[in-house]
Amino acid sequence: MDGERPRRDRRVKALLTVEGLTKAYPGVVANDRVDFDIAEGEIHALLGENGAGKSTLVKMIYGLAQPDAGRMTLRGQPYAPAGPGAARASGVALVFQHFSLFDALSVAENIALGMETPPPMRRLAARIREVSETYGLPLTPDRLVGGLSAGERQRVEIIRCLLQDPRLLIMDEPTSVLTPQEVAILFATLRKLAAEGTAILYISHKLEEIRSLCDRATILRRGRVVESCNPREKTAADLAEMMVGAKLTAPSRAGGNPGGVVLEVSGLSLPSANPFGTSLRDVSFSVRAGEILGIGGVAGNGQDELLDALSGEAAVAAGAVRLRGQPIGALGPGPRRRVAVLAAPEERLGHAAAPDMSLTENAMLTAAIREGLAARGFLKWPAAKAFAERVIAAFDVRTPGPGNAARSLSGGNLQKFVIGREVLQRPEVLVVNQPTWGVDASAAAAIRQALLDLAASGTAVIVISQDLDELMEISDRFAALNEGRLSPPRPAQGLTLEEIGLMLGGAHDMEVAHVAE
Amino acid sequence: MIRLEKRPQPSRAWTVATPLLAVALTMVAGGLMFALLGKDPVVAIRTIFWDPLFHEQFASYSRPQLLVKAGPLILIATGLSLGFRAGIWNIGAEGQYIMGALAGAGVALALYPLDAWFLFPLMVLAGALGGWAWAMIPAILKTRFRTNEILVSLLLVYVAEQVLASMALGLMKNPEGGGFPGSRNLQHYPAAANTELIAGTGMHWGVAAAFIAVIAAYVLLTRHILGFQIRLAGQSPRAARFAGVNPNALVVICLGLSGALAGLAGMFEVAGPAGRVNIGFNQGYGFTAIIVAFLGRLHPVGILLAGLLMALTYIGGELAQFMLGIPSAAIQAFQGMLLFFLLGVDVLSNYRIRLGRRRIA
Repeated sequence: MDGERPRRDRRVKALLTVEGLTKAYPGVVANDRVDFDIAEGEIHALLGENGAGKSTLVKMIYGLAQPDAGRMTLRGQPYAPAGPGAARASGVALVFQHFSLFDALSVAENIALGMETPPPMRRLAARIREVSETYGLPLTPDRLVGGLSAGERQRVEIIRCLLQDPRLLIMDEPTSVLTPQEVAILFATLRKLAAEGTAILYISHKLEEIRSLCDRATILRRGRVVESCNPREKTAADLAEMMVGAKLTAPSRAGGNPGGVVLEVSGLSLPSANPFGTSLRDVSFSVRAGEILGIGGVAGNGQDELLDALSGEAAVAAGAVRLRGQPIGALGPGPRRRVAVLAAPEERLGHAAAPDMSLTENAMLTAAIREGLAARGFLKWPAAKAFAERVIAAFDVRTPGPGNAARSLSGGNLQKFVIGREVLQRPEVLVVNQPTWGVDASAAAAIRQALLDLAASGTAVIVISQDLDELMEISDRFAALNEGRLSPPRPAQGLTLEEIGLMLGGAHDMEVAHVAE
Repeated sequence: MIRLEKRPQPSRAWTVATPLLAVALTMVAGGLMFALLGKDPVVAIRTIFWDPLFHEQFASYSRPQLLVKAGPLILIATGLSLGFRAGIWNIGAEGQYIMGALAGAGVALALYPLDAWFLFPLMVLAGALGGWAWAMIPAILKTRFRTNEILVSLLLVYVAEQVLASMALGLMKNPEGGGFPGSRNLQHYPAAANTELIAGTGMHWGVAAAFIAVIAAYVLLTRHILGFQIRLAGQSPRAARFAGVNPNALVVICLGLSGALAGLAGMFEVAGPAGRVNIGFNQGYGFTAIIVAFLGRLHPVGILLAGLLMALTYIGGELAQFMLGIPSAAIQAFQGMLLFFLLGVDVLSNYRIRLGRRRIA
């Protein structure tokens, strides 16, 4: 796959050198004397857990934050960008993890918006076509962004950057929203760019990707550079240990045999509430007691809508969702909790939990019915506090106490609280969306173990996730959401990455890519 | 360099201290304004804040006025605060106040001169229903057609004012009034009059209702599931849906409650201190109550204190106009400053101020 690239010869000197860069935020030193350098034509990985300081470093390089100490040198000149405009003028471009595109505008219009002096629309469209063909990034300039897949949106952002002819291209978690096939297209583009001398700073926590793509890796832990290595010479386990600073144990499972069908979804259709959302179309599946059904899919293919339909936030036809044969589709969230169908949505702050409320109040949020925290409309706060304390203790939530606001917790700790709150209510069915998104490795491992344990105790568990590794690790069966349709579930064991990619609906994109190349 | 830094969670100390700080800043800025008008600022501030309660000559008159003015403000503001907490913005309490007064007075005038024990309770019921019904218009339009309750409730104030004028000049006009606009004086109709409960204190049924409302709202917000849902819906609407809150039901409940309390306030006013239905009967209590609600941080106890403070600035302001010749516009500006500073220093409970360059922790 690699080895055919003519590069090392041009690597005479560093393109960007960072020395002793330090940046502190209240209560945390995000970057502590960070040194690293990147050469022309090099694909350099920046590796670390959430909160290790990757984003802060990138922000300083891109002029979004100013360092407290240290200095940067770009092509031998001192480099201290006052803002993103200055960074772009120096040839530094950034593709964000979250796209900043307007759904109601076309691809070309979106790109023009980001330019200081946009050329006439016709010429710009021609340029976009040219660049997209050169780098194998199929894209039609006059399509509305609202109708594009996540992979296509990312291409808009990449082409926006490439039009500036950057010397250094920074990619922040670029593959988190892509299918395996889209990842392959992206990697081919990045390799081509590198071969032409563009330096690429590649930020990720996906170890296998980094091992296949990158020449060098700088590993950050708690704001410090702990290691700099050639990732190809290390195993993924080595890299993970450097990143976390401790040995990780893979979740263990009892391997029990599932019981009878608990939840049955048949012919579930749900029009999306917003014009650029995804409507669910004729979704059917069933989950048995003690089984984990993994639902994969690229973001924006109906995951949120599916969770809403299962949690009761969106009412659907009564018979579309059945619990042990009883129709529950028309029930709201409260009545569904009463029959032990529980859910944990993706967005921790603002959906699963109220940010400014205490953990006690957030315990009341979903546990009032099943834990008997209310009697004739009046709330039993001491009982809610005791329940919150139980969740905190059982799930090792790091917080001074249940009186603290949800927003004061780190992502991993809050996620443990949110999952634990549902698990301790003894659900018959638990639906979780992105249970470990943005969560550090040890918390993610704890959450996966909790889901496995819950299934082992006889609960039917549905895990909606974009993290395929996670789904393969814990699912008994796997299904994929694509444009609101669910593929028939298949046993997870023995599925190859290619088969999964086809299930995710990547086949269509592959064809386009071949035509363009 | 001054920077604002978000606190991990709101500071309790500052939440309590900011209203006091706002009052202090209002005194300083207001004093400056009075000085520029050529009045002695110390005397002006003392006339507004101190004399209404403790002046040997005026206090006997103005002290009861405190409860008379504060009663409707507290009653209305308590109702509004429930909606505001849930992110439902009833700006039309003034209109609901008028309609409550018209409904309450309408019952009394229709049954005149019936002398029965149940007349006054019936008026109370009618007053609450009048305000409730007027608030249901924005509620239904919002839940059915997604209209903006701020605009609808506000514009209905002006409709209510026209209804009031028409009643004062037509249907409810005093047949023995010699052709002058305005209804019979309910204070002279014993079965319908909302009289002082304890002589010389200004304490009437409306003030008692305000105190009851404060206690009920406190219990509702801290102990009852509806209060929890109101707070949840205001803080994170999506989490509220997840918790099973029906947003439309909440709109109807909150607008209905605030409308009913505003209607009650209007009814107690027309049967008591005001006495009659007349053009200009509404004196802006419904709008001032919005200030009171925020001045009290949407907390029942805070609203109780804020209502008393606001009533004090009203009475003191009148006194200052009368004694020192301060123009009424300056008094209104002074009251405006209070809200301005309150909202301004509010930032301190969620943020802390850092001076100078940030240091490395």
